[in-house]
Amino acid sequence: MLDVKSIDVRLGEKLVLRDVTLTVGTGQTVAVLGPSGSGKSTLLRAVAGLVPIESGSITWDGQDLTTVPTHLRGFGLMFQGYALFPHLDVFGNVGFGLRMANLPEDDMRRRVAATLELVGLDGFDNRSIADLSGGEKQRVALARTLAPEPRMIMLDEPLGALDRALRERLMVDTRRILSDGGVTALVVTHDREEAEALSDRIALMREGSIVQAGTLPDILARPADAWVRDFLG
Amino acid sequence: MRPIRWGHVLVAAVPVLFIGYFFLYPLIRILTLGLSELNIGFDGVEARLFHIGWFTLWQAVLSTVLTMVAAAPMTWAVSQFEFRGRKLATALVTVPFVLPTVVVGAAFVALGWRNSVGAILVAHIFFNIAVVVRTVGALWSRLDPDLHDAGRVLGASEWKVFRTITLPLLRPAIAAASAIVFLFTFTSFGVVLILGGFRYATLEVEIYRQAVTLFDLPLAAALAVVQLVGVTATLYAYSRYQERHTSTWALRAEANRPKPGGRARFLVGASVIGTLIALAIPVVVMVARSLRGVAYAGLFRDDPVVGAPIASIGNSLRFAVIASVIAVLIGVMASSVITGGGGAMSRWFDLTLMLPLGTSAVTIGFGFIVALGEPVDLRASFWLIPIAHALVAIPFVVRSTVPTLRSIPAETREAARVLGASPSRVWREIDLPIVARAALVGAAFAFVISLGEFGATSFIARPNTATMPVMIVRLLSRPGSASFAMALALAVILAGMTAVIVLWIDRLQFGEIGTF
Repeated sequence: MLDVKSIDVRLGEKLVLRDVTLTVGTGQTVAVLGPSGSGKSTLLRAVAGLVPIESGSITWDGQDLTTVPTHLRGFGLMFQGYALFPHLDVFGNVGFGLRMANLPEDDMRRRVAATLELVGLDGFDNRSIADLSGGEKQRVALARTLAPEPRMIMLDEPLGALDRALRERLMVDTRRILSDGGVTALVVTHDREEAEALSDRIALMREGSIVQAGTLPDILARPADAWVRDFLG
Repeated sequence: MRPIRWGHVLVAAVPVLFIGYFFLYPLIRILTLGLSELNIGFDGVEARLFHIGWFTLWQAVLSTVLTMVAAAPMTWAVSQFEFRGRKLATALVTVPFVLPTVVVGAAFVALGWRNSVGAILVAHIFFNIAVVVRTVGALWSRLDPDLHDAGRVLGASEWKVFRTITLPLLRPAIAAASAIVFLFTFTSFGVVLILGGFRYATLEVEIYRQAVTLFDLPLAAALAVVQLVGVTATLYAYSRYQERHTSTWALRAEANRPKPGGRARFLVGASVIGTLIALAIPVVVMVARSLRGVAYAGLFRDDPVVGAPIASIGNSLRFAVIASVIAVLIGVMASSVITGGGGAMSRWFDLTLMLPLGTSAVTIGFGFIVALGEPVDLRASFWLIPIAHALVAIPFVVRSTVPTLRSIPAETREAARVLGASPSRVWREIDLPIVARAALVGAAFAFVISLGEFGATSFIARPNTATMPVMIVRLLSRPGSASFAMALALAVILAGMTAVIVLWIDRLQFGEIGTF
């Protein structure tokens, strides 16, 4: 279980996250929903260890992660722009995390094949990243994040860059993949529909702070303030 | 606080120590030696310095102006019009620029032209035309043609439009090209040494004469100080100019050029063909004269004074390989510090590494013999020549790898970290493979630079470690037509090797750029 306790994050002079507290239970999917610039991505980066926290704590099953470097945290992060490795093909991208974990070659091939099948891209192994469509890139990025079976995956605006029709199809697919695998996930989005479709619980974020958390029906029934009501419209 | 990353410290320390010991320290030794000489001020030194400094200055100014004028027709033709063979013509104009200076010198000697200012000036034009065509042409082809048309509509003649609209808009590129050509000709060594005879010497040539022939190190150091002041002043003036005059207005994306018609067709043809023929003459004559007699066979014959000239090819290749390896290792390390570090550190590093470009190769070679006698006497070391070549080449490696490293988005490295790659593993898995191609280009540049390097090598080469340029100059300075023909033959071989590698670099860079 991920336990984020009242963390502050400062980027340069600006306090980007203010007293943020959040938990993600094992096997659960939590969505952080908020307008762009509210600090959602920074929260993911803090959990991944890509930006340092100024105060508070981040623990996994009681183990403090503050001093654990990014590459040893065992989380997955799917970047908003996907950040696929341009010099590697699809296989190289999806297998990267497995290679870092020193998985034997055979196991690695099997695992990459299985993950590609899971995201509906079987046979794409030797495709170059440059030749992929937007939707295919999204799937490769998701496969790359899932392949090492991290204890939790984080998705930053997973469908943000895609057009409407594709978003709706991939929303269903992504939800299926997350729930079938019993994956623990933390999703960040500015889109209410996406948050609703992908997650069990929602945390609303505004200007670096969590305003309200719970299931969507609960929040809609008892909005904490006028802003929440307006934002969820 | 983050823990100290020893890997990072090492990667930063190696280039700093290398540049520090082999470049900055010798430079400081030259400065102290030269300044004390100037202070003593014994009779005639100042007058002598003034005389040589004055010649260096005026020949550089005149070379720059003449190069601008000579390059104008070609620049106009290739930037304003589309015609068959335009790309090829632009590539051919670049050939003289990549030729080693010693080859250019030899080519003009083949024309029977030495011991004169005229030969020096024409050789400088020959060498630098490409700088103007490329720099000014790049801007000219992007000027908005509507501005020209607007001028015409408002009643200005073609000439008046050029003078009042086009020329002022081209000023930044003209300034840049002038600064580069001025620097090259102000620090010109190989060409002046070969073509100037005893009467004409630039500061560079005089430093060499004083240090190597007459062994007056203090006077040579004083000359080097004057030369450094000149170079620094030029660079400073140019950077000030750039700060005040950077403008990107009135530009458009490079669009389709019109095909020349009517009178323009004739003028474009005359400009391009005339320029190319003029540039081809020295090269063609050099090749033709090298084929007379048994010049190539003579290269294999052992000579009591200079040894077998053919051995210099082996020396050159050996030094070029070592110099490329050193330049790439240090250059890539430096590039990752420049791109990875924070603002001030990165800028400081960038500037320090560019310094060898600003000073001249002669200063580097001279610095070696002034400074590297102690604590360990490296002056007779085999390694000194490739190290000098690497120093000259490192800025080029840095220039070719920094943009590639900068183009890697932060997220790509972060993605690797999240997937379990340690910081050093990120470098190995992401930076290294992506930068490899650019590093290969840098290595090829270093190889070419090493093959043609003469300024520094002339100070430190021993009889048994003569490189091809050193051997060419030795053969040229001997009387007799046999030596002369062998010098030309060796120059042709050197020119050919250079051309092959440069063409290969060109394909590497622009052929298949790949996916990133």
